[in-house]
Amino acid sequence: MSQSKQQVYRLNTGGRIDRSRTLSFTFNGQRYQGHPGDTLASALLANGVDIVNRSFKYSRPRGIVAAGAEEPNAIVQLGSSEAAQVPNVRATQQALYDGLAASSTNGWPNVQRDLMGLFGKLGGQFMPPGFYYKTFMAPASMWLTYEKYIRKAAGLGRSPMEADPDNYDHFNQHCDVLVVGAGAAGLAAALAAARSGARVIVADEQEEMGGSLLASRETLEGKPADQWVARVMDELAGCENVTLLPRTTANGYHDHNFVTLHERRTEHLGDTAPVENGHRQVRARLHRVRAGQVILSTGAHERPLVYAGNDVPGNLLAGAVSTYIRRYGVAPGRKMVLSTSNDYGYRAALDWKESGCEVVAIVDAREAPAGDWVDAARAQGIKIITGSAVIEAKGSNRVTAARVAKIDIEAFKVSGPVQELACDTIASSGGYSPVIHLASHTGARPNWRDDIIGFVPGLVKGVQACGGANGCYALGDVLAEGVEAGIKAAAAMGHAVQTVTLPSAERLQQGPAVALFQVPHEKPTLRGPKQFVDLQNDVTAAGIELATREGFESIEHIKRYTAMGFGTDQGKLGNINGMAIAARCLNRSIPEVGTTVFRPNYTPVTFGAIVGRHCRDLFDPERYTALHQWHVERGAEFEDVGQWKRPWYYPEKVNGKTETMHEAVARECLAVREKVGILDASTLGKIDIQGPDAREFLARVYTNKWEKLAVGKCRYGLMCKDDGMVTDDGVTSCLAENHFLMTTTTGGAAAILEWLELWHQTEWPELDVYFSSVTDHWATMTITGPEARKLLAEISDIDLDRDSFKFMDWRSGKVAGVPARVFRISFTGELTFEINVQANYAMHVWQTLFKHGEKYGLTPYGTETMHVLRAEKGFIIVGQETDGSVTPEDLGMQWCVGYDKPYSWIGKRALTRSDTKRENRKQLVGLRPKDPKVILEEGAQIVLDPKHAIPMPMVGHVTSSYYSPILDSGFALAVVKGGHQKLGETVYLPMADGQTHEAEIVSTVFYDPKGERQHV
Amino acid sequence: MFYIYCPYCGEHREEEEFHPKGQAHIERPKEPEACSDEEWGDYLFFRDNPRGVHHEMWVHAVGCRKFFNVTRHTVSYEILETYKMGEQPSITADSQSQAREGAAVSQQEGVRA
Repeated sequence: MSQSKQQVYRLNTGGRIDRSRTLSFTFNGQRYQGHPGDTLASALLANGVDIVNRSFKYSRPRGIVAAGAEEPNAIVQLGSSEAAQVPNVRATQQALYDGLAASSTNGWPNVQRDLMGLFGKLGGQFMPPGFYYKTFMAPASMWLTYEKYIRKAAGLGRSPMEADPDNYDHFNQHCDVLVVGAGAAGLAAALAAARSGARVIVADEQEEMGGSLLASRETLEGKPADQWVARVMDELAGCENVTLLPRTTANGYHDHNFVTLHERRTEHLGDTAPVENGHRQVRARLHRVRAGQVILSTGAHERPLVYAGNDVPGNLLAGAVSTYIRRYGVAPGRKMVLSTSNDYGYRAALDWKESGCEVVAIVDAREAPAGDWVDAARAQGIKIITGSAVIEAKGSNRVTAARVAKIDIEAFKVSGPVQELACDTIASSGGYSPVIHLASHTGARPNWRDDIIGFVPGLVKGVQACGGANGCYALGDVLAEGVEAGIKAAAAMGHAVQTVTLPSAERLQQGPAVALFQVPHEKPTLRGPKQFVDLQNDVTAAGIELATREGFESIEHIKRYTAMGFGTDQGKLGNINGMAIAARCLNRSIPEVGTTVFRPNYTPVTFGAIVGRHCRDLFDPERYTALHQWHVERGAEFEDVGQWKRPWYYPEKVNGKTETMHEAVARECLAVREKVGILDASTLGKIDIQGPDAREFLARVYTNKWEKLAVGKCRYGLMCKDDGMVTDDGVTSCLAENHFLMTTTTGGAAAILEWLELWHQTEWPELDVYFSSVTDHWATMTITGPEARKLLAEISDIDLDRDSFKFMDWRSGKVAGVPARVFRISFTGELTFEINVQANYAMHVWQTLFKHGEKYGLTPYGTETMHVLRAEKGFIIVGQETDGSVTPEDLGMQWCVGYDKPYSWIGKRALTRSDTKRENRKQLVGLRPKDPKVILEEGAQIVLDPKHAIPMPMVGHVTSSYYSPILDSGFALAVVKGGHQKLGETVYLPMADGQTHEAEIVSTVFYDPKGERQHV
Repeated sequence: MFYIYCPYCGEHREEEEFHPKGQAHIERPKEPEACSDEEWGDYLFFRDNPRGVHHEMWVHAVGCRKFFNVTRHTVSYEILETYKMGEQPSITADSQSQAREGAAVSQQEGVRA
């Protein structure tokens, strides 16, 4: 026998595990063994590990409760190395592999001997419901005290501190029918849909498809149900129109049947993905599925009963007990008491007994249970105590006894003497709650059904629920609902319906269940021992009762006040019980109290899967100009402008030392002012506008006039929204009578194109005009400075004479032998030529310019120098001087406004609204600091009287501020209330460090106020 | 994420290809100068926020670049129709029968209704 001696709770036979192979794993540093087919949870139970965690708030010992996604306690940290750390793994969902290393996420110094438990004992007073809110309302100084405690006590795992070595990816998929959950209902639905020829995706979160049929005591066609599963799986696997996705959780159900499926491809093999042929396999994949029809066959979660001490290790769900015995060959104890409100729970007792263990008693809340399973239990000689419930579990680290008593559900009280039954396991069943989470993600509210004592999903268009998810639990009915859903879904997608013969299921007689949620105790809830509702968030029945007493009546408020159903748990086990308790306290019915909204994700999704390939270099696209490589080789520092990488400045080595940004920018600025500089301006947005009505269109979208702009001329334009606020600016040139080239800000290029289309398509479709983005087609090189003409003349056939090629003209010709458009416009105030060539010629032209430019001192400059030079001239940058609340008049740019244009252009009407006309609007001015060494802070607030008591009235703020090398002084642009009338006045800028700067309001033009230099 | 039928492309495409542009059928007054400040303010700033059928303008931003209209239910998010610029909706809040409205709302309200 290879079976390890340590696996003391492993049964000798049964289960879907391979006893011929042994896997070794560690939990909290201790070495254990299990078998292929085990989950981490089943292997821990086989090894008799009772305590798997400490609870979130009270630090109480906790054991495994469930066998699936609803497990609230056994949430572990996985990973044998730092890089492979994964938090928030449910041990019940993690397949065992050789070498698996797991640890508890809570517990200090460890889960067995936990010191936090001492605090936990105080917890009732220390962390009452509403703890978070009460804490945050406390004096701020107390937070430091709380924080240390919370940091240590809270948290469900930690993220790795090293880079993840694994790859993840995304699939975008379409299908006719998406089946979520491959239990009895899902497989029946998938089979029906598949036979119709529809494209089907079947997603199931477990290691094997089949759901409860894999461990069912019921038969199909007289044979074990898993044989039918195997046959169906064979058929589906052979269908070309079917994609089977095991280990795949539908984690979110979004609008219009968009469902995200989280497929874990290698997590059953190791904590990092295996490497095959030198390639690391994809660890997890997110399928983004747009489904024609969705079938929710997600089953139901068993509801535990809420009794005192129900969190002590050894308290399990009845269904989980059956699953561990029948699927994993583990009986998680020796002596069991079952507490149930329904017939389904009896199966746990029958399985327990058949596995050779002792059933101490079945405690049934009903006075006269009757049904086939009840009869079977009686026939097995199992003692049944009726009209009663387990009111309290005794024990601290493991259940030692169950206290059982008659109860009166209506009066909510214990109505008979208490007897204590010695046992190590208490299984409980309060019935089933359909798994309505996914349907709830769509925003549809669930509907309460008294007959099944549960909520069934509300459904939007194109989705059906069947089987347990629809509150249907009898196997024969489940299969029939599944087939019907599959046929309907396929038919809705236009696929012919095929008949599907259902396997015959046993027809079992069942007695009605009783609605039991919280079990009464001898003591009132608030004074008795703790009865847990939400084990993951440590929410008790007393906590909910207290919340209702404190005046919380809405279930959404109770949820937030107590933290019930928070976090990764999303209320899988506790929500319905919690609502029932709130309903009891508020004296309402459950449907009156209603349910909270379940949100994505159903179970945690690793960030890697969400990110997919959109990380590192592929996180966001980067745009490079045609000259990018030159900038890189020149050692440029880059600035992100939208997605563009623009040279920011070009530091040089001076006497072996690399220049600082300040030094580089000063050198670049002076080169432009004194010799000639060159800027890669290719990123400027360029829109080609053509059509007979192009000119009229420009006149309507720009504030200024365009009717007389002749071919060969350029004009600066200002663009407003219809609220009169500046939104973009740039130079537009007339290329031909019906043909214009508009330039926009780098960041605004796409938005402005859309803006133009908006007006053309919605308001002025009669205008015959067309727009095309040509930003990437043309490279733009700006040469600027006194020597610019001499340099260009060396390599161009264009007549550059100052009188024939004037400022604000453009010419076409050859530059460096290639066709070019040259624009004589200026953003620096110096003599400037903007050379546009087809982007693929750009490098040749740029290099030719440098070949000839050396003798003129040609200096490349970046965006920082560009900003300084334009600010010295008072040229605005939209988005820096403006923020969506600035009019052309606020900027002092009335010269750019055509008040008398015939068409009421965009923004015109708003300029005469009372608010845009009022005095004292913030207006653009220049600021000269009294101390020329001071560089004011951009964003700094401006006040008129620094001695005014705080809060001081703030009259404006700095929008741009730099050091000017040519003026050897700091200078700034700012918006100041009524600033245009305040020239010469002194304002003050109080800083965070207590200093107050003094500045004089001056003209926005600091250099060459007459603008002569650009005309030379 | 919405699944939107572009009436110009004649295909359903993912929401990622579109931008929402606010309420549809907002017409710019023909004679802005004749508007009072209040009327102009209404045109600029005031929009409906109905619970139920709503007409919105969208643009197929990374597709055909065409603007079009969408009739969408703001509770269920169901897109009831899309139609070209200049066309009128065939489904409006008024045209929807009371019964259908009631059914949709009670579906969404669930237990409360």
